[in-house]
Amino acid sequence: MKTETGTDTLQEVFVRNHRRHHRLVALCRFFCFFSFLAVWELCADLDLINSFIFSSPSRIAQTILLMGRDGSLLLHTGVTLMEILISFALVAAVSLITATFLWYSRTLSEILEPWLVILNSLPKSALAPLLIVWLGSGMRTIVVAGMSVALFGSIISVYTAFRETDDEKIRLIRTLGGNQIQVLRCVVFPESLPAVISILKVNIGLCLVGVIIGEFLSARRGLGYLIIYASQVFKLNYLIAALIILCVIAFGLYQIIAKLEHKVRKNRQAQP
Amino acid sequence: MDTLLEARHVSYSYHSLSGETPALSDISFSVEEGSFLALVGPSGCGKSTLLSLLAALMEPESGTITIQGRPASEYRGKIGYMLQKDHLFEWRTIWKNVTLGLEIQKRMTRENLARTEQMMRDYGLWEFRDARPSELSGGMRQRAALIRTLAPDPGLLLLDEPFSALDYQTRLNVCDDVCQIIKKERKTAILVTHDLSEAISAADRVLVLGRRPARIRLDLPLSFADSSLTPMERRQAPEFREYFNLIWKELNADEDRDRN
Repeated sequence: MKTETGTDTLQEVFVRNHRRHHRLVALCRFFCFFSFLAVWELCADLDLINSFIFSSPSRIAQTILLMGRDGSLLLHTGVTLMEILISFALVAAVSLITATFLWYSRTLSEILEPWLVILNSLPKSALAPLLIVWLGSGMRTIVVAGMSVALFGSIISVYTAFRETDDEKIRLIRTLGGNQIQVLRCVVFPESLPAVISILKVNIGLCLVGVIIGEFLSARRGLGYLIIYASQVFKLNYLIAALIILCVIAFGLYQIIAKLEHKVRKNRQAQP
Repeated sequence: MDTLLEARHVSYSYHSLSGETPALSDISFSVEEGSFLALVGPSGCGKSTLLSLLAALMEPESGTITIQGRPASEYRGKIGYMLQKDHLFEWRTIWKNVTLGLEIQKRMTRENLARTEQMMRDYGLWEFRDARPSELSGGMRQRAALIRTLAPDPGLLLLDEPFSALDYQTRLNVCDDVCQIIKKERKTAILVTHDLSEAISAADRVLVLGRRPARIRLDLPLSFADSSLTPMERRQAPEFREYFNLIWKELNADEDRDRN
């Protein structure tokens, strides 16, 4: 089909191809997902796999519905979500404050550097038993366990992002008569904002890992507790249901920060 | 005319564990109020170091710099400093960028803002006050950077190769613009550049610095028969070539001495 101008059609073709490509990708994703569920369900129904061990999509769905009805879904998910959000908020606050001090004082950062490196390379799950002894078993321990996984890496990354601020921009603030605090407020914070949001995106995943480790070891509520409990009494429907809820939480939290990141980047980017 | 700035026997060296690198040695000169001084010299000769000292971003190791008879450090914040790149912040609008100095110095008074607004109108940026820096051309960005420098109403302007990041054509145009703005606002200015033609076309006095450690090799007042020429027109004037050759010879004499 021809229109008055040739370029228009080429543009239309491009847009059409682009849309078609995205539809194809979306379609294939759904196809993979549903065929996986279908094969799983079918294998379980035909006794090709042991449904006691491997469960099946319909049983998991029933379990989630059941948990939803008796309120345990809301309880466990709510507890875990709250622990993740508290430890994430604390990690964000502590690492921003610490990185600011490290930026402010070169000497302090040189003194603390080896400590941060060692603490960051330590396998954090090894800390969890110690935390239980020190802090008892309760939400406090779990929040600290969640923080311990993300905190040190986060401090190092945020500090590095602050350090990478363009020296010339700092010089500009100095020539306008600004002091260190104004350098921080006018250049260092706004310039490293996109990097800080990327770091937060990583942190929320790490906090989730830490919280689950904490719940494995000392909890009476939460998805981590549910997983351990279900594996001990061989209620695999519950175990897999808990895993799926965890996936949804992880995906949801990640998406929220990704949206925020997108917004910040769009605000920064050159208009086409 | 009154002397605005006076540098007496200023020396400065950079220190590192591997040794000492002298950058400036025994620099003395003075700048009259309302004049336009250009500092030229080979790259890396310590021109920017000298500007940093004048702006009191660093202290000279020996010698003194006084502005209106007082130490330069007391004058900080009243010196406008224009850097090589415009460094407009993408997270601020043009208006917010231009008023950055006023914001930092907590001088967002009505008359300061009105003066800044007038400059934005005069130099064709007012329609772009809500735009982001990336939407502006290179020349407009440099003009915005100049208005940012002028907004706090500085008594002395230091220009650190402000055009060197621009392409040649833009560079000539922006130099014209900026020099006329500086003339119109009656500012005292010190321009640092390694471009001889730029120095001769813009300034009314040229100081030639030698290789590191820099000392003053030549102090040359420029006078053109027609004093109202713009930098662009000066490039066509007969005096331009004479001055150019004079400074060229002086810079090369320095090179030859090095080689021998």
